Amino acid sequence: MKEYPGATGLILNEPLLWEKGKQGRSGFSMPRRDVAPQPLDDRLAGDGPDFPQLSEIDVVRHYTRLSQWNFGVDTGMYPLGSCTMKYNPKTNERQAAQPGFARAHPMLDDDLCQGILQLMYDLEQFLIEITGMDAATLQPAAGAHGELTGMLLFHAYHKSKGAARSKIIVPDTAHGTNPASAALCGYRPVAVKSNDQGILAPEAVAAVMDEQTAGIMVTNPNTLGLFEENINKISAIVHAKGGLVYGDGANMNAVMGIVHMGQIGIDVLHLNLHKTFATPHGGGGPGAGPVCVRRHLEPFLPVPRVIKQKGRYRLSQNFKHSIGRLHAFYGNVGVLIKAYSYILSMGAENLKKASQLAVLNANYIKEKLKDTFHLAYDRPCMHECVFSDKLQQPYEVTTLDMVKRLMDYGFHPPTIYFPLVVPGALMIEPTETEAKEDIDLFIDSLKAIAAEARDNPELLHAAPARCRRKRLDETTAARKPILTG
Amino acid sequence: MRYLPHTPEDIDAMLKVAGVGSLDDLFQSIPPDGRRKKPLHLPEPLSEWELNDHIDKLGTGMAVGPNYRIFMGAGSYAHHIPAVVSDLLGRSEFVTAYTPYQPEMSQGTLQAIFEYQTLTSRLLGMEVANASQYDGASALAEAVLMAMRISRQKKQVAVSRAIHPHYRRVLETYLAPTDYKIVWLPYRPDGVTDLGALDTVDDLAAVAVQSPNFFGCIENLETVAQRAHAKQALCITAFSEPLAYGLMKNPGSQGVDIACGEGQSLGIAPSFGGPALGMFATRMKHVRSMPGRIVGQTVDTDGRRGFVLTLATREQHIRREKATSNICTNNSLCALTAVMYMATLGKTGFKDLARLNYDRCEYLKAQLRNAGFALPFAQPTFNEFVVDFGKDFEKTHLRLAADNVIAGLPLERYYPELAGHYLLCVTEMLTKDDIDRLVAAVS
Repeated sequence: MKEYPGATGLILNEPLLWEKGKQGRSGFSMPRRDVAPQPLDDRLAGDGPDFPQLSEIDVVRHYTRLSQWNFGVDTGMYPLGSCTMKYNPKTNERQAAQPGFARAHPMLDDDLCQGILQLMYDLEQFLIEITGMDAATLQPAAGAHGELTGMLLFHAYHKSKGAARSKIIVPDTAHGTNPASAALCGYRPVAVKSNDQGILAPEAVAAVMDEQTAGIMVTNPNTLGLFEENINKISAIVHAKGGLVYGDGANMNAVMGIVHMGQIGIDVLHLNLHKTFATPHGGGGPGAGPVCVRRHLEPFLPVPRVIKQKGRYRLSQNFKHSIGRLHAFYGNVGVLIKAYSYILSMGAENLKKASQLAVLNANYIKEKLKDTFHLAYDRPCMHECVFSDKLQQPYEVTTLDMVKRLMDYGFHPPTIYFPLVVPGALMIEPTETEAKEDIDLFIDSLKAIAAEARDNPELLHAAPARCRRKRLDETTAARKPILTG
Repeated sequence: MRYLPHTPEDIDAMLKVAGVGSLDDLFQSIPPDGRRKKPLHLPEPLSEWELNDHIDKLGTGMAVGPNYRIFMGAGSYAHHIPAVVSDLLGRSEFVTAYTPYQPEMSQGTLQAIFEYQTLTSRLLGMEVANASQYDGASALAEAVLMAMRISRQKKQVAVSRAIHPHYRRVLETYLAPTDYKIVWLPYRPDGVTDLGALDTVDDLAAVAVQSPNFFGCIENLETVAQRAHAKQALCITAFSEPLAYGLMKNPGSQGVDIACGEGQSLGIAPSFGGPALGMFATRMKHVRSMPGRIVGQTVDTDGRRGFVLTLATREQHIRREKATSNICTNNSLCALTAVMYMATLGKTGFKDLARLNYDRCEYLKAQLRNAGFALPFAQPTFNEFVVDFGKDFEKTHLRLAADNVIAGLPLERYYPELAGHYLLCVTEMLTKDDIDRLVAAVS
């Protein structure tokens, strides 16, 4: 009998913060009072917030217990497609917590901040080299923020050419953030469908590309885990009409050291440092979404920019075509330090190796599971593969049922019901940091679940059974929202 | 490489299953003209020790406390971070999880965010809050866009010049491609926003101020809200120092519709300006126009209390281009820091700490006045304020910096009319002795 990581265990209960505590408690070490109370205008004074009153141990137990109800990459395999849940190296946390960085005030003179400016300058150079672009900004605080930056760059570029454009081409396989980011810049998204191979056909793009269209947003590899093989032709079609090509670099983990983004015609590309460059996802943030551009878009990059003059690093505002500022300061510097540390730890060869192994792991899973689940596109994949619940439908079992059951086996579910072009999608991205034996166990779990779907579907409908909570009622949550306690 | 677990035997076995002969063969779908011709040119990989040395070298040249006494806030505040907060925040179940799409496996993150939403609402006196914004600046930009959506037809927003200059610049960047217009409101001689211009402007979706404002002055939010509402506009207040609401009236009690700002003060390290925490709160009647992820309470199939992401029909992954925002971030780890910090201080701790900040700052103001310096703005402040050191102060400022004392932020770069004026800040990290030494040095 195979032993899966999922098990029942002692899960401790813990109430909400304000259901604990007693008047008069505090967990804070208050500094000594060395000045007398000063007069305060009563008209401005408030009552202070009604926070719970807890001792230090109350707070410690509370959040320790809460953390134990969570599942992270450190707990186990987390094959969430398009999210690149790879291992987050511990040494990077240490580097970001270096007191010289952690305590750094962002508005001091450049001369007092040379260390962090040098790091930021060098990280830009690394990202430029890895992508094959010409210039970069580290300001965007997340992938979607990078997309917004990219769309603002598109807008500024077209404006500089004297013709604002009104539309943008967005394939049906795009992340939802793509059309939403474009809409913020007043662009109307024009959808193009991927072909029967799961990729974009040049003809489909040519049919909609015109001189009112600002360009195209392409995720490559796309969200089906397939490389857009026609990308050079597509870029040429868009460029011929004066448009620009935006690359959503969310899936860069498949092609580091392999694809040159400049060479395939990408003009603007954002990276998700929390995906490709191993910084923790933190429960959904903070991440970082630097944007790399080709030379013709460099004048529009956000300010301030880090420049190097006579061996010194400076923050310069002196770019008159800049789109402006995207962040109160310089972006998520703490995250940047972790990505920088990751790149320095890995080096060129290991970054390429990481991409190769990420793609190997995904292809291995695809081959091992394609007789068990319907494979949406039976072609060599990149870093992720997409199945559906088509073969399980006769048993009235859905993708949702299967992934809830996967929790009982001790794995985080893959991404589900995305991309939208595959009904009942099950999108698996193992990443390179999963070892073969863990992947084998994951494959065996899914095979066991497929057998359960056939023999005992009720087990799946009632799943998960081993988590702290059973299936939660999301409909009522949305209909009668309780958003504070 | 220690992060890559594959042995050569693993690779061989897996390649065989994948049906290809080598790792390179996995990439046959990439056309030759898209492939790199040369290997990446990056520094040789560093060992863990070498990396420590390298980072420490970069870090040691930075001007930070306790070696430096930094009397500067301006949107980034040095507060004591309790060991409890740093330690709990290191729990890797929180750190290495993603957005809680699968609630049964993410109850820790979800309950913590629900708690954050609750304590933030209490702090700001609002009805609902989220944890989805990047920082104070983008939170303000999103608030303005939200007000535009609520107003539907209106195209203008009145924005105070006493809002943090960087926040204003971000707002301009967000609005650049739209047809929305900003009407700038000047500040009065006493340091708060001059609302006079509102009389002559119509078509206003919102009036936005900051309190405490960039000069540290407490705005009269009640008046701002009344004036905004008289124009059928929403009242937005930003903030960069939420600790102020431990002592001062909160925005909600004064009629503000959207309160948004920076939460870095709540236990988050300054870290050269990021990661930060965009705080965002509003009234329940506007919740469906709010950008970002929201956590709601519900029950499981056994009727037990649990938490889920909710009201997702506002969001980009469902609504695509019609979403309330393109926000995908759930700024969970920063929100977790803030809620742990608020819980650790508690009601009395938060109030006492706010009072100590206020008292020490007032002490510095008094000492500077005694030393003959003018404090141009009469409006009460919280923990920062403007002083007129005079136009020749630059040399002294540099000399003090060489002595490891940063005597505030020169304001001329942001407000040309305030040449010789400096924005000073005092938190609990600077003692009476530090203050006395600063006053002696500038006198």
